[in-house]
Amino acid sequence: MAKNIIEKVWDSHVVYQEEGKPDLLYIDLHLIHEVTSPQAFEGLRLAGRKVRRPDLCFATMDHNVPTKNLPTINDPIAKKQIMTLADNAKEFGVELADIGHPDQGIVHVIGPELGLTQPGKTIVCGDSHTSTHGAFGALAFGIGTSEVEHVLSTQTLWQNKPKTMEIRVNGKLGVGVAAKDIILAIIAKWGIGVGTGHIVEFTGDAIRALSMEERMTICNMSIEAGAKAGLISPDATTVEFLRGRRHAPKEDKFEEAASYWLSLASDEGCSYDVVLEIDADEIEPIVTWGTNPSMGTGVSKTVPTAADFDNESDKQALKKALAYMDLEEGQPITSIEVQHVFIGSCTNSRLSDLRTAASIVEGKKLHPGVRGIVVPGSYSTKAAAEAEGLDKIFTDAGFEWRESGCSACLGMNEDIIPSGERCASTSNRNFEGRQGAGARTHLVSPAMAAAAAIEGHFVDVRKYVKQEV
Amino acid sequence: MEPINIVNSVIAPLDRKNVDTDQIISKEFLKRIERTGFGSFLFYHWRFDEQGNEISDFVLNKPEYKGSEILVAQDNFGCGSSREHAPWAILDYGFRVVIAPSFADIFHNNCFKNGILPIRLTEEECDEILAKGLEKPYNVEVNLAAQTVTGEDGKVYSFNIDPYYKEMLLNGWDEIALTFKYEEQIAAYEAKRIAY
Ligand code: SF4
Repeated sequence: MAKNIIEKVWDSHVVYQEEGKPDLLYIDLHLIHEVTSPQAFEGLRLAGRKVRRPDLCFATMDHNVPTKNLPTINDPIAKKQIMTLADNAKEFGVELADIGHPDQGIVHVIGPELGLTQPGKTIVCGDSHTSTHGAFGALAFGIGTSEVEHVLSTQTLWQNKPKTMEIRVNGKLGVGVAAKDIILAIIAKWGIGVGTGHIVEFTGDAIRALSMEERMTICNMSIEAGAKAGLISPDATTVEFLRGRRHAPKEDKFEEAASYWLSLASDEGCSYDVVLEIDADEIEPIVTWGTNPSMGTGVSKTVPTAADFDNESDKQALKKALAYMDLEEGQPITSIEVQHVFIGSCTNSRLSDLRTAASIVEGKKLHPGVRGIVVPGSYSTKAAAEAEGLDKIFTDAGFEWRESGCSACLGMNEDIIPSGERCASTSNRNFEGRQGAGARTHLVSPAMAAAAAIEGHFVDVRKYVKQEV
Repeated sequence: MEPINIVNSVIAPLDRKNVDTDQIISKEFLKRIERTGFGSFLFYHWRFDEQGNEISDFVLNKPEYKGSEILVAQDNFGCGSSREHAPWAILDYGFRVVIAPSFADIFHNNCFKNGILPIRLTEEECDEILAKGLEKPYNVEVNLAAQTVTGEDGKVYSFNIDPYYKEMLLNGWDEIALTFKYEEQIAAYEAKRIAY
C-alpha cells in the first residue's frame, strides 16, 4: 500500500506496540540544550540511572549565552545553568559544543550543519522548534523535560500516533517573497491550531524549489501552526546538502545511505487525514501585526478591523492584540515604524538569510533611530559569513554584528527589546513579552527586516529586489 | 508523581484562548535548574505590574478564586514553547486540573508527566463553565476514574482520556520505571536498527 513519509518513518521506529497503549518509539538523535535539560539530568542522578546511548546525544548552549563580550557571562543564574550543562555532559559522557567551540550555535542550526540531522531519523530535543529538522525528512519534534529524562534513560518515548496532514504549496513564489512568507501565510490563513494533533508534510512545486535552508525555515515554524512536527520528503537537494558533512556517512556508505533516504519519500498515491492547498503565486511578503504568529497580513494590506471577524472571541482577541501592539484598526502595514531590527534565530539566521539581508542593506545606512543587530545562528555560519565580508556590509550600514546564540528571539540573555518599543524580527514568535516585557514584535523575512531597518518602517521589499534586477 | 483522582474546588475562569507557555511562565524564570518553586512566577506579567504590584482585575488575583485547583480556559491552551516549566508553575501554584476545549500537544504531554489532569470538554461546555464561574464562584468536582466533571448545580460533564495516561495519573506511576520493563524489546530493536 502506498505510504506517506510520516507513516514510513513512524512504522520503522516502533519498538513495541500494544492495543490501548501509545507506541514505544526509538529515538535516533537527541539534541540537548541548557534550559530544558538540568532537571532531567538531576532526575537521572537521583534515581541512579545512566544515559543509555550517549553516542546518540549531542549538546550545546544557545538560549542563555551572551552574544557580546564573551567569554564573560554576567548573569550568575544563567552562568550556573550553562555550567550545569557542561558538568552534566562530562558526567554522562555526552558530546558537547561548549562556549567557544567552533561548532557551537543554536541547536537547530548546528544539527543540520554537522550532518547529524538526516532523513528517516527520529529526532527530539527539549525545544518546540525541533520541527526544523523535518526539512530533511526526519521525524523531529519538541519534548518536555520529563521526556528528555525518559529519552536519556531509555532512548525511547511513548507516543500516540498523530494524524497526518499534507499542506501542498502549488505554483511558484514571486521574486522577493521568501520561505518565511510561505509559512506565515499558511499560519495566517488557517490559524495557530490548524496542525494540532497532526504531523504535517509540506509538498508541492513551490516546496520542491526551495533550498534546504529555506525548507528549514518552513518546518521550523510548523509548530507555530500547532503541528507536532513538519517535514518534507527528501530529494536530490537534501542529499547534496548532506554530502561531505562531518557526521554524514562517508564515501560508498554515503551512496547507500542516499538511496535509503530517497526511498523514504512519500509514495505516489499515498493519503493523509487532512489535505490543504495554497497557491504560492498569491503570497506576498507578510508582516505580523498581533500577538500570535497567525495575526499577520500582506505588506500591502492594512491591520484588520473588528468587522473582518465573524465571532465575538476573535473580535476580542483583535482588540487585546492591538492594545498590546499599540496599533489602530485599519492602519496600513507600511505606516508601522520600528525602533529595532533583529536578524537571527533558528528560523532565519543561516548563511542564505544573512546573504539576503546583506544584499538589501549593502551600501545603505540604518534609518536614524533604528537599532539593528545581526546574530548568526552558529559559529560556523558566522565564520562563513565573515569570509564573504557580510559582517562588513552589516557593520558599515550601522548594524551590530554579534556572536551566535538565540539572543533577542526570546531575550533570555541581555538582548532584550525595551518595553513599548517595536522590533522587526526574523524570529518565530510574537507573543506578548517574548522579546522583553512590553516589547512589540513583528515577524518578517530577513529581506523585509533589512528593508525596514533602512527605511525605519515596513516597506514592500519587492521594490528593492526589482530595482536591482 | 502524586496520584490524582478526585479534585473538588472552585474553578479559576481564565477566559482566553491561545494561552501560550511564554505567558504561563516567562523566560526570565527559566534559568533555574530546579523543578520546584515556579508557582510564584505563574502568569507573572498578567498577575503583576512593572512595580511588582498585583493587578487586581486578573482572575488569579481575585479573592474569590484563591485556592482554586482547577483552571478553565479556552481553545489551544499551552501553545508555543515546549518548556515544562509551564506545567511545573501550574502545579506549584496549586492547580491539579486544567480544563479547555483543546491543548497544544507538547503541553498536553507534559501535564501527564507531572500529575496534572488536562481535561478536554467541548467549546460550548467550556463556555458554559466559564460563564458560570465568571458570574459567581463555581465549585466543581472532577472525578478521573469516572471521567466526569460535576458542577455544584448538579450539571455533569463527561470527558474522554487516553486509557494509558489515565492509569498513569490514577497510580502516580514513574513512566521511566515502566519503560525499563521493555528492555528486551529495546535491545532487540537496537540490534537491527538502520543507522548511518
Ligand atoms: S532561536 Fe528562538 S525559537 Fe530558536 S531555539 Fe532559540 S529561543 Fe527557541
